[in-house]
Amino acid sequence: MLWSEFERLGWPLDPWRNFEHMRRAMTRWNAPTVVEFPAVNVWIAENSAIVTAELPGIDPNDIDISVVGKTVTIRGSRKPEGLGEGESYHRRERWQGQFTKTLEMPFNIESGRVEAKFVKGVLNILLPRAEAEKPRKISVKSV
Amino acid sequence: MDEAKKDVQKQEAATPEKGEHTRSRRVYTPAVDIIERKDDIIVIADLPGADEKSVDITLEKNELSIYGKVEPEVPEHHALHLAEYGIGDYKRVFSLTEEVDRDKIQATVRNGVLRIVLPKAEAVKTRKIAVRSEG
Repeated sequence: MLWSEFERLGWPLDPWRNFEHMRRAMTRWNAPTVVEFPAVNVWIAENSAIVTAELPGIDPNDIDISVVGKTVTIRGSRKPEGLGEGESYHRRERWQGQFTKTLEMPFNIESGRVEAKFVKGVLNILLPRAEAEKPRKISVKSV
Repeated sequence: MDEAKKDVQKQEAATPEKGEHTRSRRVYTPAVDIIERKDDIIVIADLPGADEKSVDITLEKNELSIYGKVEPEVPEHHALHLAEYGIGDYKRVFSLTEEVDRDKIQATVRNGVLRIVLPKAEAVKTRKIAVRSEG
């Protein structure tokens, strides 16, 4: 088939258009330009969402999670290693400082049933969807 | 602030020149801090998802290798919506320039952080020589 025929049939002129669109969508996923600490993964189902974050070396008691409406906020800090006399850093790559990260879910969260666990430096938060807004099935009665 | 943000992204390890991986999973280079103290050197590495059972440390000649295995956990019935980090093993190799007392190396893993204490061998420890005044 010739290019001119594409045109005649009314197809988009640029056959790469869809491809380009796809590529852009993919790079957006794979290479976020700036990720604020901590990096998170968000998993979503119809009635719940799971947020995981890598927070190595942070005491679970120092992690603060708050939920309001659709948003969940994670706060905490990672303190630098204290150096004594005559001690020095040869390499310093690990992130340190205070962080706040807010994420918005596609639904309102039932704040009373939020569960969080911290295993091997990985935080896992289960966010159930608010009962009040779960879709309900309405049966139609025949009269 | 920008400086701090820059380092957050996990770095995938380069394909090694020798010894390819037999398992098809990602391998990341963990961020480390190295601190030198009077009598030892401390290596601190972030290995979230790894614990004391899944971390292997070997010291061969003067090459210290760290390998942390991570079993990826995928939540059931949920679809991945936003992925800011990948999950995989960790690997990093260091060449030790100083003599280390091999028998006294200690390693611990806590909350996903590996801490290796490498005591300096007696010969290289800085000795303090007292200066006496005479007369």
